[in-house]
Amino acid sequence: MTTGEPLIVLDSVNKWFGPLHVLDDVSLSVGRGEVVVVIGPSGSGKSTLCRTINRLEPINSGTITFDGQPLPAEGKALAKLRSEVGMVFQSFNLFAHKTILENVTLGPIKVRKEKPAAARERAMALLDRVGIANQADKFPAQLSGGQQQRAAIARALAMQPKAMLFDEPTSALDPEMVGEVLDVMTSLARDGMTMVVVTHEMGFARHAANRVIFMADGQLVEDAPPTEFFANPRSERAKDFLSKILTH
Amino acid sequence: MSVLIDKFDVFAGGFWLTLQICVLAAIGALILGAVVAVLRISPVPPLRAVGTAYVTVFRNMPLTVVMFFAAFGLPALGSNADFLRIPGLDAIFTRLGTDLPYFRFALIALVLYTAAFVCEALRSGVNAVPAGQAEAARSLGLTFGQNLRYVVLPQSWKASVVPLGSVIIAMIKNSALIGFFGVVGDLSATADQLTSAEGYAFVPVAIGISIGYLIMTVPLGALLDRIEKRQAVAR
Repeated sequence: MTTGEPLIVLDSVNKWFGPLHVLDDVSLSVGRGEVVVVIGPSGSGKSTLCRTINRLEPINSGTITFDGQPLPAEGKALAKLRSEVGMVFQSFNLFAHKTILENVTLGPIKVRKEKPAAARERAMALLDRVGIANQADKFPAQLSGGQQQRAAIARALAMQPKAMLFDEPTSALDPEMVGEVLDVMTSLARDGMTMVVVTHEMGFARHAANRVIFMADGQLVEDAPPTEFFANPRSERAKDFLSKILTH
Repeated sequence: MSVLIDKFDVFAGGFWLTLQICVLAAIGALILGAVVAVLRISPVPPLRAVGTAYVTVFRNMPLTVVMFFAAFGLPALGSNADFLRIPGLDAIFTRLGTDLPYFRFALIALVLYTAAFVCEALRSGVNAVPAGQAEAARSLGLTFGQNLRYVVLPQSWKASVVPLGSVIIAMIKNSALIGFFGVVGDLSATADQLTSAEGYAFVPVAIGISIGYLIMTVPLGALLDRIEKRQAVAR
């Protein structure tokens, strides 16, 4: 799966929220086309890790490199980088005042300066791909959670990103809608998209991930292929975590 | 009460002058307030500091003091606010063009003072937009300006409109001060003229003036209620 130099590299990244050390000397590299699933107990820093990669959370020390370039500071260069990294949030964050179609075309039209007609055509293709083309003219509040999250994935894909970040994409969904979102993510993974996925969906981690990262207390505790991680977790923390979530 | 009929032209003239300065000051304060609000939420710390300093100064000073500075400070600095003699505009609002520039000074004071409150009303609207909206916009690669224009401001407007209306209503009432700073003939100065100079009883004159202000403020309040109700339905 992995070819050439890695796409995302974190080197000795530290971040504090006040006295709380949320990222403790985290180093990680994600290759092109690789799907990395980040799991861990809540408060372990996994969401923060995900959000540092497009600098929604600035870091205190260490370096983050994307596609060979260190993350730029605020400004045009950072905006350009963000346009190349798709992000999907736990709470969807679709633009509430715009239709689903407008949500998907906003980035291509305003950031990439694409022609509205061309952007709409591609947006419809993407909405069709995630299975909600018939909802294009509705507003986000009129859709179910699962449909909203699929729209949010289409919005991110419309920027033709080099990588996709998923910050607990199914945690706010009713159980019967989790599957439809995971299906879209699985097909993305199969198509070779580079993905960093923070999730509690162990099924997705097992069948779609190339690597599983286990985090606890801000530290990256384990980094292993899913089969190995789920069969033989090396650390006590990981064993403890898995025993709690897999007994149900 | 005959004063209301006998001196209707005086009341009407005062009403017209007060309405003029209020319309101009409202436009000016909305524009300046929007600029200051953008400064206050900008990602650049020095710009934020400028915006915060502006609000701190003008929100916390009495309007009377701001008017003093405008009416006596500006001439001392050698300015008679000629930049407000905007061609075309001074044909409609004739007082903008007069040589005794107290109308312009009063207008500047009202705009500077009210803009601080407009800024805060707009900012409260921006803060009412969930943080995730701006985060999603940033993560698509929208710049700060695009984020405001396409995502945040269109949604913040709803939460801003009612506090903004209160600010403008307060400004209309605050404009009653301008008569004490050299502007001849506004609505509240009418009281002074009719009671002191012409000897009319105070109460009927005060009633007439109150009606004048209510004609401006009550419809504005009713309009705001309607906008609010429409939003409640749309939500």
